[in-house]
Amino acid sequence: MIERALRGGSRYWTLVGALAVLAALGGFAYLHQLRVGLGVTGMSRDVTWGLYIAQFTFLVGVAASAVMVVLPYYLHGFKPFGRVAVLGECLAVGAVTMCLLFILADLGQPYRALNMILHPSPRSILFWDMIVLNGYLLINAVAARMGLRAEESGEPAPKWVHWLVLLSIPWAFSIHTVTAFIYQGLAARPFWLSAVMAPRFLASAFCSGPALLLLICLLVGRISRFRIADEAVDRLSIIITYALLANLFLLGMELFTALYGAIPEHTVHFRYLFLGLDGHHELVPFMWASVLLCVVAAVVLLRPAWRRDRRVLAWAAGMIFLGTWLEKGWAMVVAGFVPSPTGAITTYAPTGTELLIALGIYSAGALIVTMLYRAVLVTRGDLPAREIP
Amino acid sequence: MYDAGKILAGLAIFVVLVATPFWWNAARGADTAPPRIEKPPAGTSCVLPPDQMRHEHMRLLIEWREEVVRQDLRTTRDAAGRPLRKSLSESCLACHGGREKSCDRCHDWLDVRVYCWDCHSDMGARRAAVAGGR
Amino acid sequence: MAIDRRSFLAAGGLAGLALAIRRAVAEGRLTAEPWAPPEGQALTGTRWGMAIDLEACAAHPGCTACIEACHRVHNVPRFDDPKREIKWTWKETFEHAFPAQENPWAGEERAELPVLVMCNHCENPPCTRVCPTRATWKREDGVVMMDWHRCIGCRYCVAACPYGSRSFNWVDPRPAIPEIDPSFPTRTKGVVEKCNLCEERLAEGKLPACVTACPYGALTFGDLGDPESRIRRLLAERPSLRRKSFLGTGPQVFYLV
Ligand code: HEC
Ligand code: HEC
Ligand code: HEC
Repeated sequence: MIERALRGGSRYWTLVGALAVLAALGGFAYLHQLRVGLGVTGMSRDVTWGLYIAQFTFLVGVAASAVMVVLPYYLHGFKPFGRVAVLGECLAVGAVTMCLLFILADLGQPYRALNMILHPSPRSILFWDMIVLNGYLLINAVAARMGLRAEESGEPAPKWVHWLVLLSIPWAFSIHTVTAFIYQGLAARPFWLSAVMAPRFLASAFCSGPALLLLICLLVGRISRFRIADEAVDRLSIIITYALLANLFLLGMELFTALYGAIPEHTVHFRYLFLGLDGHHELVPFMWASVLLCVVAAVVLLRPAWRRDRRVLAWAAGMIFLGTWLEKGWAMVVAGFVPSPTGAITTYAPTGTELLIALGIYSAGALIVTMLYRAVLVTRGDLPAREIP
Repeated sequence: MYDAGKILAGLAIFVVLVATPFWWNAARGADTAPPRIEKPPAGTSCVLPPDQMRHEHMRLLIEWREEVVRQDLRTTRDAAGRPLRKSLSESCLACHGGREKSCDRCHDWLDVRVYCWDCHSDMGARRAAVAGGR
Repeated sequence: MAIDRRSFLAAGGLAGLALAIRRAVAEGRLTAEPWAPPEGQALTGTRWGMAIDLEACAAHPGCTACIEACHRVHNVPRFDDPKREIKWTWKETFEHAFPAQENPWAGEERAELPVLVMCNHCENPPCTRVCPTRATWKREDGVVMMDWHRCIGCRYCVAACPYGSRSFNWVDPRPAIPEIDPSFPTRTKGVVEKCNLCEERLAEGKLPACVTACPYGALTFGDLGDPESRIRRLLAERPSLRRKSFLGTGPQVFYLV
């Protein structure tokens, strides 16, 4: 089944080739990092996590969001999501793979990564995150494959697949909750020490992930015979809208608690994010851009007429994706470290090598998703096996 | 169905490729004579009998480091029953007269990269220098 | 994995090889002195702690004897770039070491007082809780240990430490070490490090390097579990502060005021 990804026209191979080249470029940059150390990145003694961990966090959300199509389809029998569910699962496979690669890229001693299994420490959230992420990868890979096979043969999938898919629903929530626990359990970092961290992570995941999936579906609809049903688009856009509102609401909760409660250790991080601190304004434009993008998108999506217009919807989805990325895939991690526990303000900006490695990992993920989608579309007959693209 | 000829040819090519290191070394005229390892001073003995050391020193060292670092158990006895401190630098290297004269010769010859040296210093060389100056 | 390769080598190739090597070794000769294990009784305690006399320390703001001694015996590298810095112990201003003790009327001078800071060897350390490989843990006697052999460099412990006591090796530290003391291993790129309360010196019956180096006797090291110890008497006699003890970490470094 998967071998169908190996058949395609020149456009397809150009895309695959380009992604492979970018991934290889990231690989070379990584070799450089491996030789010199993480000193090639912009991270520092005070800001010890940066782009890699932020991307990991963001992509866990993208992966978890597959549940937003799986749940209505399998639990509520919402048929229009039938064709989208497998695509969501494939997207999750790509996203989790990227998560794992980003963690690996962030390790100072990647050769010793297996120590996490050889010397497990159940008190560490990172240990549990490793388990749930790998489990989620496995579940989605199997579920996507079996689902597709069932589609092809026209016979229902075996019973255990159904149970597996049901298991994937709480599992999706768990990956993002556990990822939030990595942050929200740290007394040393008041910015992250917040009970709404996990709900906020879920809300931002359930708007940004489906937004991405929607964009991908619309794109796939242009280059293949695959068509996403209007009902499915409708339902997805409603999910996105509500998740986005929840996300904004929870951000408001954070702000209120921090600012009205006025404990300096809490407010100082928000000051750094929204106003700048001691002449340091690095994150201010990103943070405002993020809020602005999300608010505008929310206003647009709240009006049914606009929401149903696919052009407008696509733009709104793009804005949501970018807006949540700026906040979660960037500002949220860095702001936890600024100022440091001893009050130092250290600025962080990723270096070229760091960006190249991140680009490489994203390309590798895109490559996986592209090939999986190709296999799915050919299997369904939405794409001719040999023709362009 | 199966093409025996092609499979055999493929296998042959595979074997030739897999054996590349051997061809490479043969072509390079690599030194195949075993290394000369200098003997520690007379009257001393290793942690275990030499035969056993040769095969088990890596495992022994890992054991030592777990015991010292994680269990605070720092002394042991050598093969002759004398007390000995469990230390890579201060026992192994000091008695063996430094890395260059012992460990490295064997490892280089076998092409083993021992990453311990990224952190552990060569105490033996230092001691030898001190002893020589006296 | 490695074991397999090893057993394989040991069983196969090395059997014949060993004979040859032994012959080669038998011909060798060496001149270094036989090595004797060190004498000395290990210092043992039930709960190690440290008391730092703030006044005595602040009276000599330019003094860095303790810091230098610590960094020398542990081969701590010296990077000028604060982003790459590795610190086991260093001086922080009073307001940064004790943000909760903020007092606008105490005057600029008080806020700027230099305070010696290091790993607090917490009773309830958040760093060990988060470590995914148990590369850092609290020993029975209270020393928060690091196993540099096991650390994978994820830096979760750095994020979890409320005192900024942990440093990460962003690059190979060796070139930046002024003079390598071969009796203590250096570290390598990609691992976290911090003060180890000189556990390797305690094992040899020596006090921590910073304590012996202080010319003014400002540092007192001792067993908090022993009511007769000097540190316990000091803590009973004089008021003391701990850094961010409201976080429930239970720091074992006390500041006498
Ligand atoms: C990242 C740096 C690093 C590497 C790599 C490393 N060590 Fe160590 N090792 C240390 C440090 C630091 C100590 C001292 C720990 C202490 O006293 O708390 C130590 C202690 C030890 C000890 C006990 C005390 C002593 O002085 O020897 C042994 C045995 C040991 N290491 C063996 C090894 C072996 C074998 C390897 C390679 C397989 C290795 N180490 C690799 C840093 C390293
Ligand atoms: C007190 C001195 C002493 C100490 C300490 C010591 N050795 Fe040895 N080692 C010897 C002697 C003596 C021999 C035997 C040489 C011979 O007779 O061939 C030997 C033999 C060996 C051999 C076999 C070499 C060969 O001939 O093939 C190895 C390997 C070895 N030692 C490794 C170690 C390691 C690793 C350590 C530390 C864990 C260590 N030794 C500690 C004295 C010492
Ligand atoms: C007889 C030859 C010989 C001598 C002498 C010797 N070694 Fe080894 N060493 C080996 C072999 C063979 C291996 C196994 C390589 C493998 O497993 O890949 C090895 C592996 C090791 C390893 C494990 C490396 C790893 O990556 O896991 C350590 C540590 C080590 N040696 C330390 C020493 C020290 C210290 C000495 C000197 C005191 C020494 N060796 C002397 C042959 C030797």
